[in-house]
Amino acid sequence: MTGIYAENSEGIFKKSVLEAASYASKIQNGPVTAICVGKPNQDEVEKLSKYGVNKLIVIEGLETFDSQTYSNAISKVITELGIQTLVIANTYEAKSIAPRIAVGIHASLATNVIAYPDTSNGFTVKRGVFSGKGFAYVKLEKSNKIVAITPNSTDLIENQQSISVETKSADASSIATHITSTSKSAGKIPLTEAEIVVSAGRGMKGPENWVMVEELADLLGAATACSKPVSDMGWRPHNEHVGQTGITIKPNLYIAIGISGAIQHLAGVSSSKVIVAINKDPEAPFFKAADYGIVGDAFEILPQLIQAVKNH
Amino acid sequence: MKILVCMSVVPDTTAKITFTDNNTQFNAQGVQFIINPYDELSLTKALELTEKNGGTVTVATVGMADTDAVIRKALAIGANDAIRINAEPKDGQYVAEQLAAIIKDNGYDMVLTGRESIDYNGGQVCSLLGALLSWPSVNVCTQIDVQDGQAIFERDIDGGRQSVSSSLPVVASAQKDLCEPRIPNMKGIMAARTKPLQVLEAIATEACSTYSLFESPQAKQAVRLIDANQAGQLIDILRNEAKIIA
Repeated sequence: MTGIYAENSEGIFKKSVLEAASYASKIQNGPVTAICVGKPNQDEVEKLSKYGVNKLIVIEGLETFDSQTYSNAISKVITELGIQTLVIANTYEAKSIAPRIAVGIHASLATNVIAYPDTSNGFTVKRGVFSGKGFAYVKLEKSNKIVAITPNSTDLIENQQSISVETKSADASSIATHITSTSKSAGKIPLTEAEIVVSAGRGMKGPENWVMVEELADLLGAATACSKPVSDMGWRPHNEHVGQTGITIKPNLYIAIGISGAIQHLAGVSSSKVIVAINKDPEAPFFKAADYGIVGDAFEILPQLIQAVKNH
Repeated sequence: MKILVCMSVVPDTTAKITFTDNNTQFNAQGVQFIINPYDELSLTKALELTEKNGGTVTVATVGMADTDAVIRKALAIGANDAIRINAEPKDGQYVAEQLAAIIKDNGYDMVLTGRESIDYNGGQVCSLLGALLSWPSVNVCTQIDVQDGQAIFERDIDGGRQSVSSSLPVVASAQKDLCEPRIPNMKGIMAARTKPLQVLEAIATEACSTYSLFESPQAKQAVRLIDANQAGQLIDILRNEAKIIA
């Protein structure tokens, strides 16, 4: 039996959760059960049912996120329901609970999974390794399995179900961590989930010039990213740094402006479906990794791109 | 404070990654190995914490004897001693079970890992250790401090940041921005030669996963260049040909 953990982001199920639901119902070849913590909005429950979920278990009583109590409560529900394969979107929250659930239900765990499993001989998944420089096929040996899929790797598959919702209460008495404050960058698209990413490097010459980068990103509905030197110099926050020691992303479109394309940077973005490189230097390594390129000065090209998007 | 830093030994970030034996093995030939960059941040943070509060820092890794040179580097940076569990690190779950066995009942106040290793990118060990030891765990930390017997963290969450406090003992993982890694000095390098490096045999565990085959990313076709004076054409192409923007 296959189930998903549906991360509840203030009542909302993000696209990555719907991808997990699609993935799970595809491998189950039928409807699946979702588990979430805290009550979601009603129309969000309907959204889950559209992607193959026919039962939602809502765990109540856990007011704030604590990896230990969340994982214990989720593991308990998984065991009660007899779920053997759990699919989860590979977000920061997933990374803090999926391993704990794996211990709780004695499961093999694969993170960074980017494709459907091959079940012809056991259960083998393809996952990203070497920070984007390679892929590995790994067989999960235990009868219980947890598959954490990279957002934007697998399709949304519509499979309308009628959904029932059941509530279970959890014990929050043993919480060891306490959240003292949370700050979220309001309205911004999280980099790992963005379908379009506009990224810039040292070629922008200074943080004040990001106005253009941000304008293009806003017009395209894109997230912004940057190269390692730019985040090291403090021009941009570290959570925008994509590359081998930053975030690995796989958007549909990655536009790199004034980034030379060092191997460590390419590692983090090479899985993008379409790559555009814009650089003054025709010898920049990025042109070897890009689908489209423009050789020229970012300060002359960005205004043209912004104008072209506005003209539409 | 007694702190354990869990360390992976990984290919250098500039290394070209290739596979051998019909793509069943990572090709280590000619590759330089380093301390996993996130683990290097953990190590530096552990040193900062013990310099402030007193205590010791132990580094531990699961690996064969060929990782000893990298372990000596961690000792040169300032760790007091090291433990190597003499086994190939099969997967994150195997590594965590080995590490849990040496952490259990040994009086550590804090265990630090990196956010993930840059080779297998599992990002599992921190939370696995938390579960195996029944300790709280806090992932992707950009700040770690200890005050009045409490650990205080700042961590990345999806689309933001969060401040968290926790009781001790606790396991946490390091994210970029946690601190500036230290470069070993000559005194440290000399001292590292005589610091204790204990080699322990692995415990038996149940198999979790088997790596069967590797694959390199597909090579791209030649780039299609667009005239810099007609840069706006790019948007038309992305919209009408690649159909990647609305």
